[in-house]
Amino acid sequence: MFQLYLPIAEVSVNAFLLLGIGGIVGFLSGMFGVGGGFLITPFLLFIGIPPGVAVATGANQVVASSISGVLAQLKRKAVDFRMGGVLLVGGLIGSWIGVRVFSWMTALGQVDLFVQLSYVLFLGLIGGMMFVESARAILRSRRHGGAPPVRRAHVHTWVHGLPLKIKFRASGLYISVLPPLGVGALVGFMAGIMGVGGGFILVPAMIYVLGMPTKVVIGTSLFQIIFVTGFTTVVHAVNSHTVDMMLALLLIIGGVIGAQLGTLAGTRLKAEQLRILLAAMVLAVAIKIAFDLLLQPAELFSLTPVVLP
Amino acid sequence: MIRAALLALLLLPQAAFAAGEEIVSGLSQNQVQITANFDGSEILIYGAVKRDAPAPTDAPMAVIITVEGPAVPMVIRRKERVAGIWVNASAITVDAAPSFYAVATSAAFERALTKTEDLRYKITLDHVIRAVGAASESADAADFTTALRRIRLADKSYRLLPGHVQLVEETLFRTDIDLPSNLTEGNYKVRMFITRGGKVIDHTERVIGVRKTGLERQLNVMAHEQSLLYGLISLALAAIAGWAASAGFRLLRR
Repeated sequence: MFQLYLPIAEVSVNAFLLLGIGGIVGFLSGMFGVGGGFLITPFLLFIGIPPGVAVATGANQVVASSISGVLAQLKRKAVDFRMGGVLLVGGLIGSWIGVRVFSWMTALGQVDLFVQLSYVLFLGLIGGMMFVESARAILRSRRHGGAPPVRRAHVHTWVHGLPLKIKFRASGLYISVLPPLGVGALVGFMAGIMGVGGGFILVPAMIYVLGMPTKVVIGTSLFQIIFVTGFTTVVHAVNSHTVDMMLALLLIIGGVIGAQLGTLAGTRLKAEQLRILLAAMVLAVAIKIAFDLLLQPAELFSLTPVVLP
Repeated sequence: MIRAALLALLLLPQAAFAAGEEIVSGLSQNQVQITANFDGSEILIYGAVKRDAPAPTDAPMAVIITVEGPAVPMVIRRKERVAGIWVNASAITVDAAPSFYAVATSAAFERALTKTEDLRYKITLDHVIRAVGAASESADAADFTTALRRIRLADKSYRLLPGHVQLVEETLFRTDIDLPSNLTEGNYKVRMFITRGGKVIDHTERVIGVRKTGLERQLNVMAHEQSLLYGLISLALAAIAGWAASAGFRLLRR
């Protein structure tokens, strides 16, 4: 009942299961501004979708939930288009380099390990830092009887000493264009290597490196993710024919609804609460992957069909 | 020379009775169509043994039926512990491993088939998985093919079904084979063997075509032949769905 045969993945799965997965990932995506690529791929692999199809179709789903999320954020003017554009330019440069490095690692034959180690390293580092910072912020606000601490508007770090300053009105920033370009490039680089949109790196980087307000970060991150994952989807469709439209459709239906609900839920929470939840999630994924690397797997062997070009 | 002729004479009656038993076979369907709601399929394979003389009684008869999916080359990787973490350390390439394989018999494998006949007709899994040259890639290539067998048997794409063929009066036989829901497109080869004392007397082959139809087929063809358009349609779908959900929720909140 309600089993659906997926034309590209060539497996039969339950339609409601796919709607559910799309919904959960969409919800988190709308709430935190992360694309959810780092969640949806493991989910799909778990229910037996082949890896290539999972990555490519996951990217397609992220496009939909990001658009849904951006439109929801747009209504409260929480998208900084200028910042998004600058990040995107950096991102495209970075992802181009990332894809190069990826194929170089593939030639060396250790790409899986490299990807997993990058996940553990980056997710662990970022998750850990965010967790500590947001936990402190929550403790501080409790101690002050619930009143939010006065945020220093101008913390002058090295970031502010760079040339080529631009005004980012929506974020309330007047900083050099170089740091956002650099952040975008780093995220694009990681995305090219790890095959994800990079929201979980982008969101913390925007908060802590660029000093953007959390509420603007979510919409702006989603805005940038639309283009990165859209690009990825088309590249996969053309090069490896692994985008499964049927699978994508079900994930998307679940995802766009989830993203709307997630955005609503996100507005009910305080910024530091949002950050600590995202940090916990990022840490959980990092720990899961670290355990996969450290514990002896139940099956040492794995099968990969040779794809003829 | 004379000895060879004598040997041929000795073997002659046996060959004659071997020719006396033939398979007449049937399939419940010779097409499996994969549609959007495809959830596996069961095929009935049946047949009878035609003979001119009464059935010989010297050796027991057995029926073996195999169903084999299209073969694809496969890389088998093995994880090993390097500096405390588990990494894919070694791999071999199997030239051809069927995507699906079921072998059903009317008796236990050892009684239904001798080792030499198995080797000749490539009936059991050991001979079906071809790994030519694998030994040069890894000294313990056998471990890898055993793993392939184990994984495929566990996910039911390979099946050993001893005693699954019903044989009535050494004449009529039938079996049903479940095809799983994750079928690969292609021609599935059905082979039927009758054996006496483990020796193959007659065999016959049929083909079941497994094809995607309808929307499944159109999507698959488009994904491969007009991949850019397919990618852009996927994107458009995502954009429309994203916008629709946003618009829908705005209406709901009013």
